[in-house]
Amino acid sequence: MSKTTRSEMAPWPLVMLIAAPLPLGLLDGAAIYWPQAPAVALCYAVSLLCLLLRGLTRTPRTEAALLFLGVASACLSPFLLLADGVDPSSGAGTWMYLFGASLLLWRVLALLAEETGLLRWLGPTLFGLGLLMGWEIITRGFAVPSVLLPPPSSILAAIPTHGGELWDDFCQTVLKSVVRGYLIGCGAGFVVAVLADRLPFLARGLLPLGNLASAIPVVGIAPVMVMWFGFDWQSKAAVIVIMTFFPMLINTLAGLATAEKIQLDLMRSYGAGYGKTLWLLRLPCALPFLFNGLKINSTLALIGAIVAEFFGTPVVGMGFRISTEVARMNLDVVWATITVAAVTGSALYGGLALAERRLTAWHPSFRKR
Amino acid sequence: MMTERLRTHLLPVAVMALAVLALWYAGALWLNAPQVLDGFARAHTDHWTLSEFARQAFSQKRPILPTPDQIASEMVQSLTGYPVTHVRNLLFHTAVTAGSALTGFGMGVVLGILLAIGIVQVKTLESSLLPWVITSQTIPVLAIAPMVVVILGNIGFSGLLPKAVISMYLCFFPITIGMVKGLRSADPLSLDLMRTYSANGQQTFWLLRLPSALPYLFTSLKIAVAASVVGAIVAELPTGGQAGLGARLLSGSYYGQTVQIWSALVMSALLSVSLVWLIGLMERFVVTGKRGGTR
Repeated sequence: MSKTTRSEMAPWPLVMLIAAPLPLGLLDGAAIYWPQAPAVALCYAVSLLCLLLRGLTRTPRTEAALLFLGVASACLSPFLLLADGVDPSSGAGTWMYLFGASLLLWRVLALLAEETGLLRWLGPTLFGLGLLMGWEIITRGFAVPSVLLPPPSSILAAIPTHGGELWDDFCQTVLKSVVRGYLIGCGAGFVVAVLADRLPFLARGLLPLGNLASAIPVVGIAPVMVMWFGFDWQSKAAVIVIMTFFPMLINTLAGLATAEKIQLDLMRSYGAGYGKTLWLLRLPCALPFLFNGLKINSTLALIGAIVAEFFGTPVVGMGFRISTEVARMNLDVVWATITVAAVTGSALYGGLALAERRLTAWHPSFRKR
Repeated sequence: MMTERLRTHLLPVAVMALAVLALWYAGALWLNAPQVLDGFARAHTDHWTLSEFARQAFSQKRPILPTPDQIASEMVQSLTGYPVTHVRNLLFHTAVTAGSALTGFGMGVVLGILLAIGIVQVKTLESSLLPWVITSQTIPVLAIAPMVVVILGNIGFSGLLPKAVISMYLCFFPITIGMVKGLRSADPLSLDLMRTYSANGQQTFWLLRLPSALPYLFTSLKIAVAASVVGAIVAELPTGGQAGLGARLLSGSYYGQTVQIWSALVMSALLSVSLVWLIGLMERFVVTGKRGGTR
């Protein structure tokens, strides 16, 4: 992390300079330039100053912070223009400035790529924020109709205004369908795998079936389950059980096979029986595989519930909300629901990943970090 | 050797398949019983034998659970009774689904490989993009399927492309992850050898890294092609039942045509399995060295 390891910056962000003579946008049909928009010109000056002062910084971290200031003030400028009633969509200067700023952000990311510890998440976070910012600026700058793509800010605004609905959908889809289906499906897969491990005949019969199940679109079973179990959460849970059973089965079987012969011999020399060996040696060895199965299933479970809701549901639930609001062109509610689903999916996955790290800290794949 | 293999591998599979079939028929008997009893009550048939009951349960017009032979005969009738371009021919719907799945698969392969090359070659991309590639998959992607179809429909794209986009989204992830792993799996000894030949970065990439990534690529391709079929089927749901296996599923569920649903399901399974098999066949031709990259 010393100064000498810092790579040289390519001069590309200097394309910002091209923006200087170009128009910023249209105000009442007339093109306006930098002097007519002092606040934006100030942003521009700040960005250029950050570029100039870059050479004075001593560590990658301070350089990244300085350049980030330049990027941030660039991001501010289109909103200042919009607030003044300027239409920036034809303003070549604005877009050239922003293009330069995105190249500058790239440099910031490159500087942060070397970070370790908690700071190593800063790079991906900035990248994600940059994508959101680009989405916001493009949808608002070009006045994209919200039927096509609403800007992130209006999606965010839709979350509190439709909070009640979103919460009800969350309860119906996640708390009722997903959690129950997931627990039953993974539990059944696990129990059958342990049984199959005890009876090799069963395992040899089930494995090809499991491989087949991983190749076929199991989610297609949803309409059948809706017919059998009705519109409420039971049918969704049933789809999830079927979708999650085989991944869990296959992963558990693979995991139970990982204990090494020498370890098994050691357990035998201690006089440990089948149960003790399973509990103390083979299941802990299988944990990475179990978590792999649980993680795959966490995504599958949400997909299963939402797709099953397309086939019929009581008037609540994420899949129902998405399909009805799409038909009514309320795209911000749709996106808000998707945000909730995305956050739920990521939280499930992240929680499992944390638990995995807690429980399998001994595993080689975690040692290096 | 052969009989040994037969005993240890084929026998359990055969027993399992038979058990599934037996369970299926038992399930059909059980689930269709109320319908049959209802029918008997309406016809005032008080005395019926078990065989009569079973025959009725296995030949309901709209059974809760159709039997495998009902599904098979429906499929045979649909495949042979109409010309291939007819709406009632299942092959027509399969072709529609396969078309969008394969288009999406192709796009996903290109996107996935390009992302993987970018991630392997550019350090900044690895640290900032890779976490998002992984996060993108924790999002229930299929939830946005109807919206993508509607959005793309609004800007004038309809038909194949929206469905292909969804397939692509499902496809690219396993390919990116597999390729990243594969491109990094080149043997250090061989890398050193390339250096002694003074090969430059590009030569090393084309002659060593890419070939050594192929086994990983094919493993990912198999996962991805199965995912692309799922994507295409789900993407057909919101288009309102025009063509495709997903549309068959939806219209079957609207009109309570269980046999139609099940034959569409079997067809999609066949499509998916044969695509995976095709990839496996290609793999055998392309990858001649030792196989690796299991997942």
